[in-house]
Amino acid sequence: MTDTMKRSGAPVELDATDRALINALQGDFPLTREPFAEVAAAFGLAEDQVIARMRRLLDARVLTRFGPMFQIERIGGAFCLAAMRVPETDFERVAAAVNAFPEVAHNYRREHALNMWFVLATETPAGIEDTAARIEATTGLPVFRFPKEREYFVEMKLEA
Amino acid sequence: MGERQGGTVDDVERRIIVATQAGLPLVARPWDEVAASVGVGVDELLARVRSMLDRGVIRRIGAVPNHYAIGYTANGMSVWDIDDARVDAVGEFVGALEGVTHCYRRPRRLPEWPYNLFAMVHGRNREAVERQIGEIAARIGERFPGACRERDVLFSSAILKKTGLRLGAPG
Repeated sequence: MTDTMKRSGAPVELDATDRALINALQGDFPLTREPFAEVAAAFGLAEDQVIARMRRLLDARVLTRFGPMFQIERIGGAFCLAAMRVPETDFERVAAAVNAFPEVAHNYRREHALNMWFVLATETPAGIEDTAARIEATTGLPVFRFPKEREYFVEMKLEA
Repeated sequence: MGERQGGTVDDVERRIIVATQAGLPLVARPWDEVAASVGVGVDELLARVRSMLDRGVIRRIGAVPNHYAIGYTANGMSVWDIDDARVDAVGEFVGALEGVTHCYRRPRRLPEWPYNLFAMVHGRNREAVERQIGEIAARIGERFPGACRERDVLFSSAILKKTGLRLGAPG
């Protein structure tokens, strides 16, 4: 599961049309029978060209996902950011133990005394506390919980 | 945990989530394919998805770029200790600034952790992220004098895991 962050990586060639598509599709995808045809019309492309570009961008991992983004809090589920202070000498063991929990959706190493930051995603709010307690029991380290108290409006604005 | 906002989904909506959580099919009529796998007509499917969007069960439908692949190789979690009376106003302000992709209020964990506002900042390199956070600090200082007591930034040095949520199929 561990993959080191690629700082440069193998660059994927993106042309101006790719970039424009990525930027446009961070917004709303049409909720219609033939949505790619609508997107294509807006770009002056053929429908199959748009589909082929999307496939290429996904295959090359330029896009990590394409589809509906769900807010599981709205259906009874819960997310919680959590952090641990992991001794450097024990980091790999603890990372493996934490990552083995299916409830751990993302896990990042960060440069701070609290050096491991992960997101718990569970189907019920009670699952958060239960999972955090089990991680503490497994690793022998305290898990600091940082539940979201309020989310502020954020626009999608990373330009490709 | 303070993250639950109520609401519920029925079995059809749960099947829609399971059918699309890994992504939409890349075909001319993707919703027709989803409808077939969910076992409803496409008109009902479109109406259901529209309703899920309206209720916020679906936040949006679209593409998620890999930040690294589009050139944003540095990400810094900026964290701020903001006066509780002004933290919501500061949060709205910071969330609207360029380069900020997430902005949340979270509880402090004293004494280890004095910060109550988290803003993720993406940039093309670490210097750009640091510059951007410096600008955010300056703008908070102008707009909300004295509101920010302390700040820090945590850069990520490795992705240890990234899978996202996976709901099981309906039981």
